[in-house]
Formats: sequence, structure tokens, C-alpha cells
Amino acid sequence: MDYLLTEQQVMMRDLARRIAVEKIKPVAPHYDETEEFAWPIMKILADSDLFGVYLPEQYGGLGGGIMDMCLVTEELSRACGGIALGYAGTGLGTIPILLYGSDEQKKKYLPDIAKGKRLAAFCITEAGAGSDAGSIKTTARKDGDSYILNGTKQWITNAGEAEIYTVIALTDKAKGARGASAFIVEKGTKGMDFGKKEKKMGIRASATREVIFNECRVPAANLISREGMGFIVAMKTLDTSRPGVAAQAVGIAQGALDHALEYARTRVQFGQPISSFQAVQHILADMGTQVEAARALAYATARMVDSGAKSVSKESAMAKLFASEVAMKVTTDAVQIFGGYGYMREYPVEKYMRDAKITQLYEGTSQIQRNVIAANMIKESLKK
Amino acid sequence: MWRYNMADSIAIFLDKCTGCTLCVKACPFGAIRMANKKAVIDMAVCTLCGACVEACKFGAIELKSSSGPKKDLSKYRDVWVFCEQKKGVVQSISFELLGEGKKLAAKLGVKLCAVILGGGLEGKAEELSARGADKIYMVDHPALKSYQDDPYTEILVRLVEEYSPEILLCGATTIGRSLISRVAVKTNAGLTADCTGLDIDEKERLLLQTRPAFGGNIMATIITPNHRPQMATVRHKVMKEAAVDGSNRAELIKKTYPGEVFNSRTRLLDVVEEIEDTVNLAEADIVVSGGRGLGGPENFAVIKELAKTLNAAVGASRSAVDSDWIPYSHQVGQTGKTVCPKLYIACGISGQIQHLIGMQSSDIIVAINKDPDAPIFKIATYGIVGDAMEIVPALTKEFKRILKK
Amino acid sequence: MHIIVCIKQVPNTTDVKIDPATNTLIRDGVESVINPFDAYAIEEAVRLKERLGGKVTVLTMGPPQAENALKEALSLGCDDAVLVSDRKFAGSDTWATSYTLSMAVKKIGAFDIILCGKQASDGDTAQVGPGISAHLNIPQVTYVKEIKEISAEKATVARMTEEGHDIVETPLPCLLTVVKEINTPRLPSLKGKMRAKAAKPPVWTAEDIAADPAALGLEGSPTRVVKIFTPAPRKGGEILSGDTADLAKELAELLKDVAIQHG
Repeated sequence: MDYLLTEQQVMMRDLARRIAVEKIKPVAPHYDETEEFAWPIMKILADSDLFGVYLPEQYGGLGGGIMDMCLVTEELSRACGGIALGYAGTGLGTIPILLYGSDEQKKKYLPDIAKGKRLAAFCITEAGAGSDAGSIKTTARKDGDSYILNGTKQWITNAGEAEIYTVIALTDKAKGARGASAFIVEKGTKGMDFGKKEKKMGIRASATREVIFNECRVPAANLISREGMGFIVAMKTLDTSRPGVAAQAVGIAQGALDHALEYARTRVQFGQPISSFQAVQHILADMGTQVEAARALAYATARMVDSGAKSVSKESAMAKLFASEVAMKVTTDAVQIFGGYGYMREYPVEKYMRDAKITQLYEGTSQIQRNVIAANMIKESLKK
Repeated sequence: MWRYNMADSIAIFLDKCTGCTLCVKACPFGAIRMANKKAVIDMAVCTLCGACVEACKFGAIELKSSSGPKKDLSKYRDVWVFCEQKKGVVQSISFELLGEGKKLAAKLGVKLCAVILGGGLEGKAEELSARGADKIYMVDHPALKSYQDDPYTEILVRLVEEYSPEILLCGATTIGRSLISRVAVKTNAGLTADCTGLDIDEKERLLLQTRPAFGGNIMATIITPNHRPQMATVRHKVMKEAAVDGSNRAELIKKTYPGEVFNSRTRLLDVVEEIEDTVNLAEADIVVSGGRGLGGPENFAVIKELAKTLNAAVGASRSAVDSDWIPYSHQVGQTGKTVCPKLYIACGISGQIQHLIGMQSSDIIVAINKDPDAPIFKIATYGIVGDAMEIVPALTKEFKRILKK
Repeated sequence: MHIIVCIKQVPNTTDVKIDPATNTLIRDGVESVINPFDAYAIEEAVRLKERLGGKVTVLTMGPPQAENALKEALSLGCDDAVLVSDRKFAGSDTWATSYTLSMAVKKIGAFDIILCGKQASDGDTAQVGPGISAHLNIPQVTYVKEIKEISAEKATVARMTEEGHDIVETPLPCLLTVVKEINTPRLPSLKGKMRAKAAKPPVWTAEDIAADPAALGLEGSPTRVVKIFTPAPRKGGEILSGDTADLAKELAELLKDVAIQHG
């Protein structure tokens, strides 16, 4: 489907696709197996200027928006959802600075991110605070012209590899959710450590670790916006980045679909390619339709975010919810189409199915997305 | 108007043109399109190669022969062969060129002359004599021991200008190609590279040079009508070596030149040989090649085993190399090496055109592939539909028995 | 350092197929690309610029659409581009082509090094590079697989030979033709692509480069193509059948003479 992309967006998408096909696809199975972080790919992405597509030109970016980031994320995810997270996760970690950072903070951090010189990570989740993000326990105690952070963040994407971390911590425990603040913490700061790399079902090339703060002193200049804004920063960040997760899910689904289609055309059983059987055709048709619908919803939402719409929570949640459910269904169907071969690790689709699952879980589980959607719908109907 | 002159050189007879588009399809450069059902040639792209003239069934395209007075070329005589030597050893390509040169000289009724440059060339005159040379031009000087562009170019240009050969053949080797291109420019001669066929148009006393283009998809015949010498390079192992005839006596002409002729702007600092413990792919008489159909890098072991038994070189398709199963130096095909062995055994190779281009002139081609529709079977002398992993070891066993290894 | 890279736009020959019915080339949908070997020359030129500072000018002789090849080269890091295009160049063989390019180089002005790909994938002659150096009367080294050292006065390079490689030292200015072993070409960057999109390379005609008309195009080409034909397609032979042991015996028997003679 033609999404009426600008010439620059087409260029961006084509370059991302070329990198995905020529550079990521050949090595994806290797990184899935070894669970190493794909630094060589990050370098290629950096050299290609893709890290800055959504960042303002004055900070070295290309002046695009979330739509552009989605286009790139989708293409990269089509080759490997895990490797793509080095890129997409950096986006998530950067958005708090982009939306709420001061000019000094933007000048200090955004240019290196745009160049791909430094990766970023977003830290909110804790062992006791997943869906219930409000019950985080990490604290930030004011001490002179710094804040001292204490606590442990869990399951942070890019942790250990990224150099720039945007962290949500409580500056005023008494105020609960309203007492949280957002900070920028650089890797190497004394008192900041990383836990072991988690062993995951999928997106194995993505580095997931605990981030441990132990009397970690952070300059007050690194506070994003004001004290107490932490949750607003977090929620707005997630609303803005959710189309990106949707794009990742769409990419994973499309990648699996591509493999399934090719297999169906070439696999001969009962004297015919299985793509000539209606049962298989119907599965493929549903896969194709769902992926396109998910893509259309993701792009529409991304464009809505870029247009500066005041409230995008409901739509963002819809896009992420729908795309992630589609990704899970489509990748499962892809394995089905491959039959026995789909179950074998020598064939690419079981990886897509393992990778897809995370999209239903992180950045808000599907259940939380539904909460958000319903709450917004009810609120809107009350207004009428 | 009945005739549309695209330029001074090519014209389309509009009354004859039926708009059948055969010429459009024939043009290797995409220079022809249809406008109002008549052919139109884009002169910015047209190379005047004449493929459309051949293709047109209605004689609607006319290619003008080049205008201008024909030069008097009668003073140019004899067929020359540049004989390449390395470390004092005359390379076998030289014998192949002498063999071909002899035939050309006979058709023209002229002499076959060998040209050799080097340092310490005692005995080489006899060797070249025995291969059929009527005359030998030799320049023996220490500065010429190893090939350097400047002195070799300068000397060859001087020889050509002094003795006016009508034809000069040279090997399409790394040395030959560097050297002869410069000589051709400096003597304003025509040069055709990598000829697979040479012949004489006796009426016009022209060398007909045939070579592949577009990666071997088409062949072109080229002439040098108005410039001399007519120069051509030929690849190793395309022509047959001249027979050895110890009784032949060639006239030896030794040339000397003033010192500055031997100067070189570039300096050779070192010569590094990379020792291959395997048979050189480009030179081998038998090549055993593996492709994607083998299934994995470890399976190349059966290929190597068969190659060892046959004293053959190991080749590979691009897919196998891209998958990192075997280094690029073994790649056969359009972007790899072109080979022309007596026997080429392709195992698990489907036969995409890019691969075929690199080996289709092999004498005997054997294809082993699980897929009965693999394109390689269309050009194979012998084909086996089956699993290379089973057939190849069995074949190796048989050859070991036959060759008593 | 001023580096000039000469490139050629060629049809993507990996796409060119023969129509079995008419025995002619099928060119539909065959796109034009930068000659694969030139990509290595462009990459080496950009690397030299990154190593030593300076600029890279990319030059090509071709029809107007060759501008796309120049733009691609710009997106890969070349700084300036020049298209030499004129109907008078039609029918040029390698002599006329190298003459034309050498005149364009003279118009570009002072340079330190000219880089060319080993050969073009449509003509496959490998003659234009050495031809340019002969017209300009500068030293050359062909089949370069590594530039080991380079300064303003000279370069030390490794030249591939059939047996291995030679180490050759050449003064600058010079011309080098490069082989694939020399580097791995990079992908274009977005900023590079955007800069290339906006670029308008100048187009030089025969007059602009003060070329002698007698040395151009068909008139200036000593060689002429008189015939183009498709080679007779190689016919298939026989398909052997049987069980593995029998097949191996039969095939070995058929190949016995070749194996004994050349094995």
C-alpha cells in the first residue's frame, strides 16, 4: 500500500532496507545464537545517519519525526527484531530529552545520539514495578547541587551497551506517582552498575540487564524538567514511542510473512506447491491483511504524534496493542505454514515467533494497553 | 520522408520499418524505442554496433561504413607476438599466441615474429624458434628483468614504429593488459581485449577479432580498418600452443637502445609469491566445484577429496562463497574466475547464468544436483539427478580405483 | 590531496538474460548501475580523503542518465562530480574513451591521483585506465590490491599478479586501477544521499574539453564492431540414471580418459 511518503522518507526507508538485507539478514542467526550485541551493525547504522532521523537538524538530526523512526524500525525489524532494538531502544531512551530536556541538555546529548556515537536506554521498570509502574522504589535524594540515586531497574533494553540513560526515580516518596522525577545518567558514573545479561526467549541480540544505582551521584543539571514531572515525562515518552514498538511488531510480522510466502511457493507436496492449496492461501491472506492493517494504524498514529496532537494515548495504545497481537498471530501462522521445518532452528521462522512475543509484553502489556484504551474511550464518551 | 537519418552513421528506412520491435530487443544498449510504431534510435546511447541491422528482418536499418579516405597501410607487414617472460621463463601464453599467430601469418603470407624483452635471455631465441617464429626481436638488458610499465612501453612503441607490424598479439595477463593498452594509445593503434577467436579477412587484409561482451551473453566481432598495428590480447588457455619443431631456424634481431629508454618512474620494491598448496583454479585442467546444494561448509570436504584424487582445483559458486563456506579465491563465475578446463564437475550448483558465464566453455561439464529442473542440466554433457553428498564420494572411490590411487 | 575517480555506468549484467525463443538479450527492467569494480575505486578514494584530507572528484563519460551514477558516487562521499556527455562521443572505443576522459581530467585541473576500477563489466577490456595514463603520460600501477603508504610525492602499493603480488613504488601524480581485494565499499549515508539529490553536476561537451573532433566517437576509434551475435547456446547432453554405485561407475568410465590424461 502506498503511504504517500515524502521523497526523503522513501530514501530513508530504502537505505534502511538495504542495510537490513545486505548487512543484518546474513548475521541475524549468528547474533541470535551467541546473544552478543551487534556493534558492527550499530556502526553501519551510525555511518548511514539513520540514528538521527527523528531528531531536529540543529542537533545533527535529519529533522523528521516518529513516522521516520517507525519506517526505519520496521525495515530493520524485518531482518531482526533483536538487532533493531539497538536502534529503537535508543529512540525510547532519547525521547525524554527530546520532549522535556532543556536546551543545554539537548545540546549536550542529542548530537552524539544523532551520530550514533552513543546509544541510549530508558529506565523505569523494577522488580516490583512492571505494569504497576507507579510503585517504583528507586529514589533520588537531593544533596547540594546533585541528586543521589539508589535502587535497581530491571529488564532495561540496551543496558550496559548504552552510554546515556534516562531514569525515573522518586524525589518525594510521600507524593507517590507525583513524586517521581526524570534524570539523565551517563554510563561510567560512580555508583552505577549493571547486572548480568538476561537470557531471553527472543530478541536475543538485544542486551537486557539490570541497572543498579548505589549512592550514585548525578549533577542537578541532569534533572529533566522539574521535580515531580517524572511520571508525566514517562507517560508522554511511552505514548510517543509506542508507534515505534508497533512498527517493530509490523516489521517482525512482515519478515515472517515474507519467509512464509516464499516457502509456500517452493514447497511441493502432493505434486503441487502448497501455495496452490486454499487452506494455505487463506492463512496467507489473513496474515497479509492483518499486517497491512497494523502498519496503517501504526503509521497513522505516528503521523498523529508528529502533527503535535495534544493527546495520543488512546491511539498509541491501539497501534501497539493491535500490531503486537498481529505479530504474535502472524509469526505463529508462519511457523504453521512451514510445517515441521518451521519448528527447526535451521529455518528462520521460529526466531520470528520467539521475537514477536515481547511486543505484547514490554512498553506496557496488552492488558495495560486495553486499560488505557478503555479509560480514554470512556472519558471521551463522558465529554459528549 | 522515407529515410530517417539518425545521424551520419545510421539510418532507418521508415517505409520498411513495420514496428515489429525486433531491433529494440536486439540492441544490447537499450538505444532503440518505438515512436508512432516506428523505430527511433537514441544517438546518445547508440554505439553503432550493428546488432539491430542484423536483427531487422525487413532491411529497414542501414549502418553506414565509416567515411573518410582509407589510409595507405601497405607498409605494415608481419604478425608479431609479444612473448611474456617471468624470471627468465617464457610463459606458456606466448606459445599459444605463436601457435595462433602462425595460422594468421600463413593466411596473410607474411612472417611470424616473436618479440621478447628481459634480462639474461640466453637460450630463449632457440625456444621461440622451435615454436615456429620466423623472426625474433630481442631486447636483453638487466633493467628489463622484471616487468615495469615505462621501459617496456617505450621499447615496444619504438619497435612498432621502426618495423611497422600489421598485427600485434599479446597475452591478456596482468602484465599484458597493462602494457599493451599504453602501447596502443601511444601508437594510435586499435586494441581488442580478451579475444576468444582470431581470423583473417583475406580480401581486406583485416584481423577479425571476436570477443565476448556483457559477461559473455553476446559475442562481438571487431576490426581495426584504418589503424596499424591491429592489436589484440588473448586469454591464457584459449588457444592451443604451437607445436615444438626443433628444426625451425628464426632470424634473431637484437636491439639496443640509449640508457634513458630503460628508465622507470615506478620502482619494483619486492615480489611476493603466495604459495598455494592447492591447484591453481584458473590453470587447472579439471575443476570440481561445490554450491549451495551441498548443504553446509563441512560438506566441501567431499569436494576436496574428489579434487585431490583427480589432481583438480576446487571451485565454488557465489552462493557458497557468500555463505562463507569457502574463500572468494575459489569463486567461479561472472564476479569470480572464468575457467575453461577439460572437465568441470558441478556439485549442488543450480547453474544461474552468473555462474555459467564463468565455466560454460569447459570441454566436458558434469552436473550433479537434486533438482531435475536446475538450469545447469541444460548445458551439462553428463547430468545426474541426485544427492551430491552420496554421488561424489562414490565417484571418488571409482576414480581412485581407475587411477590406482 | 585531490583524487579523481573515473567511473562508468553499465547495465546490471547480472540481470541480463537471453530470450531462448529469439536468441536475443532481454533488457527490459535491466537497471543501470555503477560498474561494480568502480565501487571499489570510489571507496578507496573516499578512504584516502579521510586519511589525508583533500577532496574527491568523480568523473564519467556517458549519456545524460549517467548523472545517476555520479549522484550515487556523491552519496558515498565524493565531493564533486563531472559528466562528460556529447553525441559526438557515440561509437567510442577504448582509445577514444580514454582520450576523452584524459581531456576532461586536463580541464578539471591539478590532481594527485586518479583511481579507476580494474575493468567495466559490460566491455570487460580493462583498457581505459591504462589508456588514460598513457594519454596523460603519467605513471600507472594496475591491479592494485592495497595502498600501503602514500604521501604527497609517492605511493607504495601492492599489485596483484598471477603468482601473488609485487610491491611497487610510484611517484605522484599517477593512475591506479584497483581490484576487489582492496576494500569493502560502504553503503551511502542519508546525508550523502540528500546532498547528492540536490547536486547538479556540470555537463561538459566535446567543445568544453577542447577535444580534437578527429579523436572522438566513431571517427576517433581505431576499432569498429562489425558484428554482434549470440553465441550458440551450449546444448545439454545426457542425464544418467541408476543407483548411486552404478552411476558412479558409469560416470567414472565416461570420464576415464580425461581423468587419466589430466588428473
